[in-house]
Order: sequence, then structure tokens, then C-alpha cells
Amino acid sequence: MSREHIFKSSLGKKLVMGITGLFLITFLLVHVGCNACIFANDGGVLFNEVAHFMAHNFFIRVMEVVLFAGIFTHAIQALLITLHNKKARPIAYAVTTNKNTKWYSRSMGILGSLLLIFFVVHWANFWVPTKIAVYTNQEHNTFEEMKTVFANPLFVGIYLVGVISLCYHLLHGFPSAFQTLGLNNKKYTPILKKAGAIYAVAVCTLFALMPITMYLGLIK
Amino acid sequence: MASSPKLNSRIPEGPMEHKWTKYRSTVHLINPANKRSLEVIVVGSGLAGASAAASLAEMGYKVKVFCFQDSPRRAHSIAAQGGINAAKNYQNDGDSVYRLFYDTVKGGDYRSREANVHRLSEVSGNIIDQCVAQGVPFAREYGGTLSNRSFGGVLVQRTFYAAGQTGQQLLLGAYSALQRQVGMGAAKLYTRHEMLDVVVIDGKARGIIARDLITGKLERHFGHAVILASGGYGNVFYLSTNAMGCNVTAAWKAHKKGAFFANPCYTQIHPTCIPVSGDHQSKLTLMSESLRNDGRIWVPKKQGDTRKANEIPEEERDYYLERRYPAFGNLVPRDVASRAAKERCDAGYGVGASKMAVYLDFSANMMRYGQIEANKQSLHNPTKEQIRELGMAVVKEKYGNLFDMYKQITNENPYEVPMRIYPAVHYTMGGLWVDYNLMTTVPGLYALGEANFSDHGANRLGASALMQGLADGYFVIPYTISDYLSGEIRTKAIATDNEAFVKTEAEVQERINKLMNVKGTKSVDHFHKALGKIMWNKCGMARNAQGLKEAIEEIKQLRLEFWKNVRVTGEQNEFNPELEKAGRVADFLELGELMCIDALHRNESCGGHFREEYQTTDGEAQRDDDNFAYVAAWEMKEISNWELNKEELKFESIKLAQRNYAS
Amino acid sequence: MSHENMNLTLKVWRQKNKDAKGNFETHQVKEVSPDMSFLEMFDVLNERLITEGKDPIAFDHDCREGICGMCSMFIDGRPHGPVKGVTTCQLHMRSFKDGDTVVVEPWRSAAFPVVKDLAVNRSAFDRIIAAGGFVSVNTGNSKDANNILIPKDEADDAFNAAACIGCGACVATCKNGSAMLFVSAKVSQLALLPQGQVERENRVLGMVAQMDEEGFGTCTVTGACEVECPKGISLENIARMNREYVAASAKKKD
Repeated sequence: MSREHIFKSSLGKKLVMGITGLFLITFLLVHVGCNACIFANDGGVLFNEVAHFMAHNFFIRVMEVVLFAGIFTHAIQALLITLHNKKARPIAYAVTTNKNTKWYSRSMGILGSLLLIFFVVHWANFWVPTKIAVYTNQEHNTFEEMKTVFANPLFVGIYLVGVISLCYHLLHGFPSAFQTLGLNNKKYTPILKKAGAIYAVAVCTLFALMPITMYLGLIK
Repeated sequence: MASSPKLNSRIPEGPMEHKWTKYRSTVHLINPANKRSLEVIVVGSGLAGASAAASLAEMGYKVKVFCFQDSPRRAHSIAAQGGINAAKNYQNDGDSVYRLFYDTVKGGDYRSREANVHRLSEVSGNIIDQCVAQGVPFAREYGGTLSNRSFGGVLVQRTFYAAGQTGQQLLLGAYSALQRQVGMGAAKLYTRHEMLDVVVIDGKARGIIARDLITGKLERHFGHAVILASGGYGNVFYLSTNAMGCNVTAAWKAHKKGAFFANPCYTQIHPTCIPVSGDHQSKLTLMSESLRNDGRIWVPKKQGDTRKANEIPEEERDYYLERRYPAFGNLVPRDVASRAAKERCDAGYGVGASKMAVYLDFSANMMRYGQIEANKQSLHNPTKEQIRELGMAVVKEKYGNLFDMYKQITNENPYEVPMRIYPAVHYTMGGLWVDYNLMTTVPGLYALGEANFSDHGANRLGASALMQGLADGYFVIPYTISDYLSGEIRTKAIATDNEAFVKTEAEVQERINKLMNVKGTKSVDHFHKALGKIMWNKCGMARNAQGLKEAIEEIKQLRLEFWKNVRVTGEQNEFNPELEKAGRVADFLELGELMCIDALHRNESCGGHFREEYQTTDGEAQRDDDNFAYVAAWEMKEISNWELNKEELKFESIKLAQRNYAS
Repeated sequence: MSHENMNLTLKVWRQKNKDAKGNFETHQVKEVSPDMSFLEMFDVLNERLITEGKDPIAFDHDCREGICGMCSMFIDGRPHGPVKGVTTCQLHMRSFKDGDTVVVEPWRSAAFPVVKDLAVNRSAFDRIIAAGGFVSVNTGNSKDANNILIPKDEADDAFNAAACIGCGACVATCKNGSAMLFVSAKVSQLALLPQGQVERENRVLGMVAQMDEEGFGTCTVTGACEVECPKGISLENIARMNREYVAASAKKKD
């Protein structure tokens, strides 16, 4: 058993899921924090300052690469695990129950796929234009861009689906990551589970409020 | 009385307490290189089989283990609930090797071989040490030491336990040890294999014929020695607390190949089982004897009382065990408790719908525990309800899984209403006759655990079966087998195309063909149930000469009918549970007859063998030491023809006395 | 006990052997007593099939008191049926209603090939135990049992993990066919006890490697195993195994 082996074993693969998952959870906190600046309702001044800082800071640029690596590792590992798990039950049951599990715990793959589709839209909306602006040295007003995108009810709908998927993904993923990393404790795990639920709902509510408030014209 | 010349018990010379020590120091040893070329077959993977296989493989022998279940961990030892005895004296209550020895011989109604029992007591402590080292999670006190409780027939607390799952934990310990050897290649596992005959070459056991239960193919396996650890034969009664698969086949095939069968009539009827609920019943479930620590047994004082248990006031209850046996109370030995329950029910005092049950009531002790807990928690003036709650928690901790099981089966909540219990067949003290080395009358063929007869006499005390199984496997056979195998180091492995293997396999095949070809109209279970009924009614808790004579004839008839009219469905070359059952029931139909013959010849009552003709004026078993202080070892000449051989039981350390649990 | 006998429709998986293609077979079972166990209901059905000259339904069972772990039926989508905390043999017919249709399937897992009908081969579990589920202590050289004191809580936790009966319900119910609950119960039991410390790292690494080799799936923490386990083995054990595994991988010399 070599140390590299750990990532090839079933537990190792899950470990990667857990670590990347927790990393992405941390990222979400930063992301939602920056975006929440729109709620200052100052015509996007604060938000654009933060956005500019994020787009030009060297450390953040490096982390951006790590972030993408994290997302894709998380997704690819998930795909590999799913394929492996399908092989573990070649003949399906005629009858199964849904009484013993939460639907979102069973549906992490679907939720994850929805998220991935959502990300493509999301990147096309914001990340790609920002990158183009940065590399062509143009001024770029992300706040205005948000307003444009969220004026379109179709995008608002897509974002809401994305955020709801994220919420359920997190409801399972947050405590599950700790379980997978073996970080559990009779006393603290119940608290952690509650914290996870609060985190998922709070972060996703904030994210959801952005398209909604902009669409309704509450943020100017 | 002198022992039959055919029976050499090989008991070492010298004073009782030195026999085993001396034996171990002087037994022939085998050098490690030679051990590697000696092969041992172990049939059965319960406590005795798994512990023997693991220990022998550790020592360097090449071991093959056979079990009919899908994994060695399923063997029925797993179902033992209450505990395992050991003379550790951790409770400082006066226990000692001698006292365990004495209790066991007395509990067995003076029908066991002293030297074997003494050895058992001597090694009992080592078993606990061994199991703890393996990671068996025994119950512990808050200080971290091991916890003990009492069992029937003793006045000390020497029973070690793991909730109500002691057998499971001990077996998983032995199983782990065995799997470790399997992982290292020192032992090889043959699961879903059933032994169907012993191969005897030049008078010595040299292997077995086994059937692969999945493919149905017969296989030949060589061994320099063959160990049978195949359990007891309680399923001859159809309804028993044994697992559905428990059978006598391995032991019976050995018997037919020359191994004497000893004391077959000694059957243990366990007093605390869940009563039969209907014709569909396939097995009976035991409620551990440990429950008698805290449960009080009673029936109404009035015959045919139809009131609910809770409605019967204290003064109208008959705590008959406490009344009849004040010294031991509810903790009298099993045979005594069972007969007392039968006596009350037969006299019309039974409870429940069938009236064939007595109450096992925890309410008094629940209150007592509740009070202790209240004191511990410094609760002043607790209400009755609070005390009950606290007491219930204590009882739950001790017996939770048993209470749950009871509720699951009966749909009654034993925390609220008393359990209804009735005796059921549980264990068989009889088995293959073995000498001090645990070797049968066929050289090289050994019998361990419940499969042999040696340690429990006419009645086994609670928590002693686990002790004996593990003693035989861990601490006895590893020494005694070298006494025989040291003479075999020049014997090369015999090729299985040897004539004896071929011939034995052909015989097995012929019997299978015969079973498949009857093509009658009645299922195997039909015959099994019919046999069970005969055995329970006429060779059960109470026997008499008239009934036994009838039973013998009825069994012979049933056997004829079986071979004429049994229907075995399916094919022989496939997984076929019906064929497996058919073979086992065919053997039970032969064994049943011998049990009745043995019961009929033993004109006395002792332990689990109660002959109605031989009882004291107050209904206790009356032994006849002058005429029956011997082991009855039966040699099969042909079907329905057995020759009795006697091994005289000499009591040197313990004086023969009438058992007394009243004072 | 109060309710009447009932009639049921059973849809049972029939499969001649490991390689055969299986299919469902429908049987009517009449006059089923509520006091019968689920397996006794099968006994009655089999008795009838035998009388009719048909092949009875093969299923695994032995102790019939919920401890040997041999019985293994997947009943209406749940291993061991609808009642929590019981094995198939302890499931009683009072849990069903007159007129119910009950679908019975074998455990389905690549690592548990069907032997016949409802019986499967679970020897993968034996091989996992052989890969490390033990304390390497030979017979006969153990110290006095009370030499090492073990706090009651720890002994109790170890016992709770050790209560696993190896029935495979966790694998059967897991949507991923994962054996993590089974493996982690043994890893936990021995990791919690002082006797298990010496081989702690080798044990978890060896058992996990064997588990993967047998073709079990990967845990995705749906928690179904914990719900369906007839012995209430906790998901905490899986977390503990994960922790043991990380620690062992980090420490272990290559």
C-alpha cells in the first residue's frame, strides 16, 4: 500500500470529493460575500470595487486556477465514482423504497450535473466577459452586466434553478464532507449538521436574492 | 461394574488436580517441520470447530474447515445468549477451579467423567483471557474490569457476558482467528459444504466425503485426522431452539463408521422459551437463562385462572420455584426448572391461550433496580412511576435485545406484562463417545463441543456450552491431537483415488440416488414433524417404558414410510435445500430410535433424562447409582441393532449424592 | 394477534443458478396467520409447491432468531422488509395486510452473486475479514483478562459495533452497493479496544483494499444502511473508518 494508492481506493476517491467539496464551500462564502455588496444599493460602486480587486489581485488569480481545478476534479471524481457504483449493482431491483434516505442525498449526481450546466451559463454571462476585459485592458462594469442579465426572466429562472440545486447539493454535501474526512464527534457532529443546513440555506438565499431583487428593480 | 474393554478412556494417572498438567508436560510433541505436512480436517465452524481450526493452523498443521452455512460465522454457537462460565473469582465470592468442577459434576447429576470436567474448569480462565485478547467486547464495570452475572445451579457469579449476545461475540472472536489463518493460507475454508461420510482406511479416519451444496458435486478430502465439531442433535425433535440447519449427519455417519454414540437420551429441555403459537411454527426461540437472575417465575394459585397477569394479586400467585427450592429459587438448574413448569401446566395452572406456559415476571426486580438508581441519583421521594422508569432502563441495558425479540415474536411488551415461557428442547448432552483426548472409538476421528458427550453428564449448566466448546477447541485438542499425530509423521498424504475414498463416495452417491428416486408424495418436513411429535411426546421432558417402547415401533414405521414415500424435489447436481434436509431427516430417523432405546434401558432418572417410574415422593429425579453410574456407549451393528458398551464412572474427588437445590 | 388470517400475493424472484437469467414468479398464499414469521410463510408456500411437484423457492436461513445473519430477503424494496431493527426471520406477518402484494428479491450486488432464487453468496465478507478483521494473537499466550482495564463506555461502543451480524443488508439497500457499514463496524470495534491498537493501521488498509477488490461500491453517505441495519450499526463507524484510513495512509511506510 503506497501513499499514492490512497487516491485510487474507494475511500481515497471519496476523500478527494470531500476535500474539494469543502474547498468549494469555502469559495462560495467568498463569492457570496463579494456579491452581497450589491445590497449596499449604491449603484454598484462598492461591488465594482470589490470585483475589480478580485479580477486583478495576483493571489486571487492563482486561486482561480485552483478553483477550476477543484470544480473539475470534484466533477470528474463524481463521475468515476458513479460509474464504479453502477458496476457494483449490475441488476437493478424491481422495487426500491425512498423511505430510508433523503431524495437529495440520492440525487447528488443529478444536482451536480444541473449545477455544471448552470455554471456554463454563469461563466458565459460573467466570467468570460470579465476575462476578455482584463486581458484587453478595457474597463468593465460587472454591476451593469448583472443588471442586463437579470432583466431577462429566462436567466432569472435559470439562476434560481441553479441556486436551488446548489442548496440541496450543499445540504447533503456539507455534513457528508465531514463524514468522509472522518471528522465526526458525538458532541459536535449534530451542531455541525445544523451549521451546514444554516450555511446552505443562508448562502443560497443570498444568491437567489440577487437575480430576484435586480429583476424586480429593487437594486438600482 | 467394569468398563467395556472396547472403551479406553485414557484418563491420565495421578491426583485429579495434576492430571492435565502432567498430561500436557508429557504428551508427545511434533516438530514444526512435520506439522506442516500433517493435514487436519475440521467439520463445523462453531465455537469448537472455529477455535480448533484456528489454533491448529496457528501451530502449523494444514487445516481444512467445512461448514454447511454460507460463512463460518453463521454456526449456531452464534445464538447463545447468556454467557460463558469461568472460575476467575473476580467477584471474590468464593469461586475456584474446584467449585466450578463440583458445580458442573453435580449439575450434570453425576453422570459425567470427572477428569474431563476438571480439565474444563482448569482451562476456563484461559478462555476468558484468550477472548479478551482477541477483542471480544465483554460487559464491563465502570472501573473497567469485567462484569459477571449468575446462572442456574450455582451460588457464585462466574458468568462473563456481552449483553444477550455472548455466543455471537465469542464466535466472531474465534471466526476472526480462523479467518486470519485463512488469509495466511494456513487454513482453507469450504463453506456450503456438507460432510456426508468419513473415510476409514486400515481402521483409521483418513478423510471425508463432502457435498458441495452449490454444485451438488461430491468431493473427497484427505486428512491425517478428522475433527467433528458439528454440534448437537436437538433438531430430532423438529421444534427446538436449534437453528434450522443443525443436524446429526456428520456425527451419525461417524457412528455408522464405528464411532460409539454415548448417552443419546440425555436431552436438555430449556425452561425459558417462547411458547408454541401455532402449527406453522418452524422453531422455538430461547429467552436466555440469565433472565432468571431478575425474572421471577410464577403461575396463579387457582387452576384455570383466566385473569390477566397484572390483575392477579400478589398473594394469589404461586412462585413455585422459590417455594420448592428456597436455596436456589429461580436459579435452579434447567432440568429442575423445566420439569417444575411442566408439572404446574399439566396440573392445570398454566397461563396464556394454550395454557402451556408460565410467567416470567420482571416487575419486582425492575422496582428494586429503580430504587437503587434513585438512590444513586439522590432522588428524594421518587414516585412509583419514576422508580419504574429508572428500573426499566436498567433492565433494558441488561436484556434489551431479548425483550425486543420477545416483543417481535409475541406482539406483547414484556416491560409491561410478564413474559410467557415454556420449556423447549435446547441442547443435547449425549454425543459421540470420546476418550480423554477427545478421540472417538475410531482412531484419528475426534469429536468436540456439543458433538461429543463428555463434560455435562445428564444435564448441562447454563453458560457451560460456550465454555466447553472453546475449551475443547483452544486448549484441549491442540495438545491431545499431537498424542495421535506424533505417530503419523511417517504417513504420507493419501491420494483420494485410493480405493477407500472411491468406495465411500460411491456409497454416499448411492444414498443420494436412493433419496432422489423415492419420488413419493410427502415432503421431507412432513416426516420431520411426525418424528418430532413422537420424540417430544414419548422421549421428551418425561419418559416411561411403555411410551418409549411405542416410540421405537412408531419410529421404525415412520422410517419405512419415509423411504417409500418421501418426495425430494429438484436435481442432485444443483443447490437443493430439500435434498440436504432429506439426508438429515433420514439420519434423525435412525438416531431417534437409538435415543428411545437408550432412554428405555436407563432405568433411573437423572438430569435431562426423567423416567416417570423413577422419582422421589416429591417428584424429584431418582438416580440409581448402583446400577447406572456409567456412560452408555452404543455401537451400531446395523440399523435397529446396537450393542451397549459401558464406561464406568468413578467418582474420586466428588462424593456421589442426591442433588439438592432446596437448602 | 387480534387480526384475522390473510391472503397475499407474492412476487418472488426465481433464478436457477448464478448464470441463469431470472424472472419473477407470482404465487397466491392463503390463510396466512399474523403470528407466522415471514420465513414460515415461505415454508407454507414451499410445502404447497412440493405437493404440487414444483421446485420450492430456495432461500437462506438458519437460526431464525435474528442473530446468524443468514436470512436475506429484499422485501418490497427494503432488506428484511418494512419493520425497523429486525431480520427477515423475525419479521412477522402481522406487519402485512390482507390483500397485499409483496415483492421479494435477492440481495443485488455484483459482490453477492445469486446462488439460487433468493440465496446469494456472501463469501466476499469472509475475505474482507481475512484481510485484517482480527487481532493477531495466537492461542495460549494471553495475559489475565483484567490486566487491561477498559472504560465501560468504550467497551460498550466496541460492543455496539461488534453487534453486526454480517447479513449484508447494508450492501443490499445502498444505492451504490457499498459495504462500508459492514467493514467499518469491524474496523471500529477493534480500533476502539486497546487490544486492536497494534494492527490498527494495517487492518484498515487491508480491509479497505479487499473491499474494493470484491467490487463493492463507494459510500456516498445516503445513510440508507444505518436505517436498514437490523442491528442498528451506526454511520459513525464509517466516519471512524475514514479517519482511521486517512491516518493509516499518512503514517504507513511504503
